[in-house]
Amino acid sequence: MQLSDSWSPSDPIVSIKNVHKSFGALEVLKGISMDIMKGEVICIIGPSGSGKSTLIRCINALNDIQSGSITVEGQEVHDPALDKLLLRKKVGMVFQQYNLFPHKTALENVMMAPLLVLKEDEDEVEARARKLIKKVKLEGKEDNYPGELSGGQQQRVAIARSLAMQPDVMLFDEVTAALDPETVKEVLVTIKELAADGMTCILVTHEMGFAKEVADHIYFTDRGVIVEHGSPDVFFDNAKDPRTQEFLSQIL
Amino acid sequence: MLDLFTEFFRQVAEENPRWNFIFFYQEIQAGKIWKGIQYTLLLAVCCVVSSMVIGVLGAWLQRSKSMLVRASVQGYIQLFRNTPPFVQLLFFYFALGQLTPTYSPDGWLEIPIISNVGWAVISLSLFAGAFNVEIFRSGIEAVPDSTQEAAEALGFSKLQTYRYIVFPLAFRISLPALNNNLVNLVKTTTQAFAIAVPELLYQCVVIWNDYPSAQYPTMLLLFVVYVSMVAVLVFGMSRWETALRIPGYDH
Ligand SMILES: Nc1ncnc2c1ncn2[C@@H]1O[C@H](COP(=O)(O)OP(=O)(O)OP(=O)(O)O)[C@@H](O)[C@H]1O
Ligand SMILES: [Mg+2]
Repeated sequence: MQLSDSWSPSDPIVSIKNVHKSFGALEVLKGISMDIMKGEVICIIGPSGSGKSTLIRCINALNDIQSGSITVEGQEVHDPALDKLLLRKKVGMVFQQYNLFPHKTALENVMMAPLLVLKEDEDEVEARARKLIKKVKLEGKEDNYPGELSGGQQQRVAIARSLAMQPDVMLFDEVTAALDPETVKEVLVTIKELAADGMTCILVTHEMGFAKEVADHIYFTDRGVIVEHGSPDVFFDNAKDPRTQEFLSQIL
Repeated sequence: MLDLFTEFFRQVAEENPRWNFIFFYQEIQAGKIWKGIQYTLLLAVCCVVSSMVIGVLGAWLQRSKSMLVRASVQGYIQLFRNTPPFVQLLFFYFALGQLTPTYSPDGWLEIPIISNVGWAVISLSLFAGAFNVEIFRSGIEAVPDSTQEAAEALGFSKLQTYRYIVFPLAFRISLPALNNNLVNLVKTTTQAFAIAVPELLYQCVVIWNDYPSAQYPTMLLLFVVYVSMVAVLVFGMSRWETALRIPGYDH
């Protein structure tokens, strides 16, 4: 089931139009627009405080917006009449700090939302959860609590937990930023596979190599605006804006 | 065997006029003590359970969007935490007791619908409940917002987030403080004596009014009973704490 009847798969699955967002007097997003097609992988990069997290949090309505529009499958996300539950079924999110439920095992973490929110059959959910845990290469860790897992393992459980809701779009907010360099790779591999399976992914990341490899499109944001965007080849080798050039020179 | 026991205490009473353990050899007195213990247990269990319910409810209401609801909970806490529980008990029983309706099963005697035991439970539960709200609230505050946000992003409703995520975590964090408060509550149930609830202290006073020589022994008995009751409570709570412990997790 899709969110809006008027939407067809050839339309952008996520469409952001001239979004403005302020925290009190501080304007964090100053007219952001982007269209994301089904199956695309988008990377958002930019300096700290430029509003990247805020932007993707607006997509699943964890933050509200002051003006503009964000649609997912044709449905306005910030329509007060929209049942948030419908939106959250479609859009999964993975956080920098994993945010697993510490009192639940890995398997329970993955099963919880389908059971409670979607009210699906327990056996079915468990079978799917076990498959997902296998997919993120955590077989054997089903009964471990988050506190018994490494950061990278926790983050992969978090990805599996989101996928268990069978979303159409996945949001990743610097999901490797809290990890050791060795464990970063295992999480990136998981995301890569997900992208290869055709999942629509919107990632905020500082992993430029990874962005270059998996992204269909890269957006560079600074101080609440999109400074520059393009395909990875064009973006990384021929950045035009001096701000982008400076950022890239610092990070690469 | 039993004869030997009663005989021994009869002997002690004869030889030491201040150490008359009368409840060990006189069945009527033993009966009073037993009845007292039953009432004390009844009070303790009812108050512990309902004060915890109040604590959970109050902590939930404190997260309400409505200013009025939050202010009411705050007012309740301030009132019950900052006034003596003994005065609360007297006020409930004498002042509010006046206003409660009565019923008359035989058309003759007017019986208030809330008995003195009822008032004791209500008043002591509200007293301890006020502390429990605060205890649970600080437990809730210790649960990271980001954890709740993760639940929200998965489509949990506010109630589901509270019930399945926030509360279970907050409860674990709150257990040590809760433990202390419940121990206090169990001891405070003796104050129900003042409104003639026939709990253990009341029965002891009845006995030593009749037999002044039994005063010290009944006091000793009170100590022993309360020490045991608190021991059982603390043991139960620590078992609970262990059962709820999450491997690899310390807040
Ligand atoms: N809840 C909030 N209340 C007030 N200000 C906020 C809030 N969240 C973010 N901000 C502010 O909005 C701005 C953008 O924050 P945001 O987290 O979106 O940046 P970011 O690009 O994700 O940065 P980073 O790379 O460090 O994660 C910052 O100045 C931040 O202080
Ligand atoms: Mg951020």
